[in-house]
This record gives sequence, structure tokens and C-alpha cells, in this order.
Amino acid sequence: MSILVDRSTRVVVQGITGREGAFHAARCKEYGTVVVGGVTPGKGGTTHDGFPVWNTVAEAVASERANCALIFVPPPAAADAIMEAAAAAISLIVCITEGIPIGDMVRARHYLAGTPSRLIGPNCPGVITPGQAKIGIMPAHIHRPGPVGVVSRSGTLTYEVVGQLTGRGIGQSTCVGIGGDPVYGTSFVDVLRLFNDDPDTRAIMMIGEIGGTAEEDAAAFVKSQVKKPVVAFICGQTAPPGRRMGHAGAIIAGGKGTAAEKMKALEDAGATLVKSPADMGATMAKVIGR
Amino acid sequence: MKIHEYQAKALLREFGVPVPNGDVATTPAEAKAVATRLGGRVVVKAQVHAGGRGKAGGIKLAADPEAAERAARQILDMRLKTPQTPPEGIQVRSVLVEEASAVERELYLSITLDRARATHVIMASEAGGMDIEEIAARSPEKIIREWAHPALGVQDYQARHLAYGLGLAGEQSKQAVGLIRSLCALYLARDGSLAEINPLVVTKDGRVLALDAKLNFDDNALWRHKGIAALRDVNEEDPLDVEASKYNLNYIKLDGHVGCMVNGAGLAMATMDIVKLAGGEPANFLDVGGGASPEQIENAFRILSSDPRVRAVFINVFGGILRCDRLAAGVIAAIRELGLRLPVVVRMEGTNVELGRQMLAESGLPLTNADDMGDGATKAVALARG
Repeated sequence: MSILVDRSTRVVVQGITGREGAFHAARCKEYGTVVVGGVTPGKGGTTHDGFPVWNTVAEAVASERANCALIFVPPPAAADAIMEAAAAAISLIVCITEGIPIGDMVRARHYLAGTPSRLIGPNCPGVITPGQAKIGIMPAHIHRPGPVGVVSRSGTLTYEVVGQLTGRGIGQSTCVGIGGDPVYGTSFVDVLRLFNDDPDTRAIMMIGEIGGTAEEDAAAFVKSQVKKPVVAFICGQTAPPGRRMGHAGAIIAGGKGTAAEKMKALEDAGATLVKSPADMGATMAKVIGR
Repeated sequence: MKIHEYQAKALLREFGVPVPNGDVATTPAEAKAVATRLGGRVVVKAQVHAGGRGKAGGIKLAADPEAAERAARQILDMRLKTPQTPPEGIQVRSVLVEEASAVERELYLSITLDRARATHVIMASEAGGMDIEEIAARSPEKIIREWAHPALGVQDYQARHLAYGLGLAGEQSKQAVGLIRSLCALYLARDGSLAEINPLVVTKDGRVLALDAKLNFDDNALWRHKGIAALRDVNEEDPLDVEASKYNLNYIKLDGHVGCMVNGAGLAMATMDIVKLAGGEPANFLDVGGGASPEQIENAFRILSSDPRVRAVFINVFGGILRCDRLAAGVIAAIRELGLRLPVVVRMEGTNVELGRQMLAESGLPLTNADDMGDGATKAVALARG
């Protein structure tokens, strides 16, 4: 078992004829993910690197029963692509695109609230259930199937923790990158709930960062609901206030959203805090008795 | 992106938000001319992207055009130092000359993103002129809030709630409702990330005016607002930040001695953290992005090593999209091109890592290899100490 994605997931790639879309569609397929094809408006009826291309997501759903959309559409059209996927009744939408205007995401998220679709991201590496399905841009070879669920706001820092876990022989149930934007689809709390209910996830590794209050919300949920061990790291302990650290969401504004506050909230909730990013894997190993 | 007060006020005027009459000047003579045109008492205000100007001597009252000229000369000659500027201050390049207002009440009004609710929030308070963070900390009940509907924006009744909450009645509440609606329209139409009117004033003759104005815009939406993008003033930014933005590099200069070059914002922040844990101070935040080319790596290297404080460079890359061989090629080219003498510690992991390590080893350059993040940070900090 796992969460969100597995062998039954059928992926349509929106923006498949772009450089990134084409490259990663092929990598996902190589991994064993069922990639049914892609969508690029105006290029319907053609094929791209062997993948069928449709004009609309609805056509991909009708002809190939796609149930997951992986979005590489450039920022100006990305929010529209998210809404199109939801309108076509895609149940899981994974948006990799970085740099979507906040105003567009405010509208897209409101649109999604009236649908059963779940959005992961935007500005995220995607989701992988090792050995079953990779829906995103993460390097496949660092992952192994196993008992630890990983959830993170960052991309490469997620690879770092996965590398440390796998290096110690600890595999992952599913790894979810929820993304670094201030307005996003799926939160830490949503993913923690899924991991908590997943019988194959024994422990949870959570990587947060400065900005916003998503980690504080996660801490409250860990305290009240989560029955499994949680190991957490928060990056940005040394970030100066008022400067945006790369991710649109990573900014300490008005003295709020500091790493110290988030670490304290998680520690009070019973999570095991990792101070140095070099010790994430070792701490998890200790916690699960490896 | 930040803009100047005079630019913000021009936008406010365009959207129908009342502001004092005035104009920008870049010389004392121009300031005198503006003051003559306005007549009567004027305020001369330094135009810089930093708050706290008043206390630092960047805002002066002038009784006549000659006094305005003198005030402008003083302000244009100064390096303005406020708690929000770099320690050495910033050069004032222009002043806003506007008619002085007789103020009855000072209020606060702002719009920004509420992340928790995933929509925009309008905040108002009777405690104007003060720092909103201070109000929020001391007396949160003094801030009233209304949230914009994600799709429908702000309704009249919400603007009325805010106006009544500010203790305005009659003609003044009507003016405030109009002002709030116009400000929201501007914020939404131009993809604002912050619109702050502090203070919003009621004048002795009963007008409601935006006496000061701070507007920030969503960088990710500037492509659809060419007019806003044109308002950027690179003089207000750190030259290295400006250089980095030309190459789509995410660079922020800090005060330490260990230059950091990392792919991905989260890993870049974590790298700064581990440098600090190892007893050093990071010289910068630098995210070269997921798909950096050898040319971008070279530019990144050039920018971070041109900071004179940097005494050692720590490269920490987990290659996913960015392959380690491409990184190695960029690093080797950069060091040769720049004739760099700084010690460089390289930690890389991920796609094509063996090839990348081999390229670095065979380059004959004095690079220090690190096994993992912790090892790399320790070595870089030791080398920075010399």
C-alpha cells in the first residue's frame, strides 16, 4: 500500500510537447508509471515521442480513462490547466510549474474547492510511490520501497532526505512534495492524515520551511491525531526576515513564520526535531530502531 | 517588486484613490518649481524603497518655494539611513513635493495575501501612523479585517464595514468606501502583493486621503503588467542581486564569509543552516535552479565570488534535473575563466555523480571533495577561517 499514487494511476501529461514535459513524461514511463499520453491545445491527433496527444484533458479521460494529470504548462496558462483537469474529473492533479501568479492560484484553488479533485503543488517535485509510480521530476534511482512516508515543501531537500534514508537501507512508502508557493492545493495536514491511515507507512518524515503557518497547523494535527512517529526538519533557521528565500512562500513577514516557532510547535506536539540537515536520515533510523 | 511612493501615488490617482497634489523632483530647482505651482506649504519627501524616512530626516516641511528648494537640496545630498536600509544608507535620487495636509485623524489601511485563507485580506485600524505589526502585537482587537472573495473580489458592504469600523460617518464614510473600493480594484487588477496606506488621513476640512502609499507587486505576474515592470528602480537593489536576476539566478547577499551555491531553494536554505551549525556564516543565499546550464553555473560562480567578503565557496548540489556532469563542466569553466583563487568545496550527489566527480578530479584544479552536507560545511567553514 501507499498513498495517492500506485500501479493503477493513469497519467495524462499537460504540456507534453514542451521540453520539460516531454523529457519527464518519458522518465515517468521508464519508471513503470502508466502514462497514457499528453495534452497540448492545437496539437491534438498528433503523437509526440510515441505518446498520443489530445487537445483537451476531457478527451484523454474519455479515450484512455486518465485519472491523474501531471502539469508542465508554463506559468501564464498553468492555473487554467489545473481548472481544466478538475473540470474533466481528474482525481489527482500534480502541478510542477513554478512561477504561477498568486492571483491566478487564488482563483484556481477556489475553483477546486467545488470539485472532488485534489491538487498537489504547484511549484513542487511531484509524488512517487517507489516501485510503483513516479509522477514528477524527482531522480528515480535514489528511492526504495519501504516504511517511511516523506512530505516536504522543498524539491532538492526532499531528494537529500530520501538519499539519506535509502543510504541507510530505509525505504519510502510514498514521497510527496507539496510545493513552495504561498497558495497551494494539498497541505501538510492532508498528507499527514493519509500517511496516518496508510497501513504500510510506519513513520513520517516531514520537511518544512520558513514562512506561513502550515507547519504550525501540522503540529496541531500531529498532536491530536497522528499515532505514528514523526521526524521533522525545518529549513531557513538562518534566513533574515523580510527576504524571500527563493520559494515565493519562504519569507519571514512581520516576525511570523520563523523556523524557531515552527520547530517549537512540532517538538511540543511530540515530533522528533532534527537540527542539522545532515542528520535527517540518521534520526529517522534511530526513531524506527534501525 | 517594490516601487517608489510617487509612482504608487500616480497609480492611486489613476484608479481614483484621493492623494495630495504633488510631483516628483530630481533637483532642488525642480522641487522649487513644483512648490511654486502647488502654492502654500509643502512636504518634501525622500523617495527610497525603505520605511522610517521621517525619523531619519528624509521628510521635511517647507513654508514656501525657497524653503522647499533648501529642503530638497538637503535631502538629495544625503545617504538616508533608516532601520530598513543597509547600514551605510542609500543615496536619495528624487523627492516627492506635495501640498501639506492639515490632519485631523490618522488611520491605517492595507491589502495583502492571507495564506491561511488563500485569498486577499483588507485590514484597517484606527491606530494609523504606527507599524501594523506593533498594533497586531499590542492590541489585535484594533485591527478589523474583511476578506476578498477569491473570484468576486470585494463587495460594497465589506467596504462599509471597514469604514464604519474606522469610526467614519456621513460624507467621510462614503469617501472611505469609494477609496477602499478603488484601492482593491488597483490591487487586484495589477496583481499587487501589498497595498499599504499608512496613514490614511481625515483632513481638517473633512477629506479622506492617502497621505502615504506603499505598493508591492507579484514578481510572477509582471509579464502581464509591462507598465508596472517599467517602474522598477534597480538603484534601490543590491548590484549583485540585480546581476543575478539577469541570469534567472536566485541570489540574496548576506554578511558571512562562506559563499554557497546550491540547487533548489529548500536545500539552499538548509545549506545556510548547516554552515551556521558548523560555526560559520553564509555569505549568500544562491539557488541556481533545477535545470541550470553550464553558462548559468559560471555566472553564478562569478557573482558569488565577486563579493569581497567571500573567503571560501561551498557547492552543494543534489542533481535531479541538474546533472552532476553539467555542474562539473560549469564549475571547471568558471574557475578557469575567472582565475579564481578562493578555496572551493564541492559536494554533489545524484544523476551522473561518478562522471561529475571524475571530471573535477581530472581538472587538476585545487578543489576539496566532500562526502556529504555535514562534511562539506565543516570543510568550507575551516577554509574560510584560513
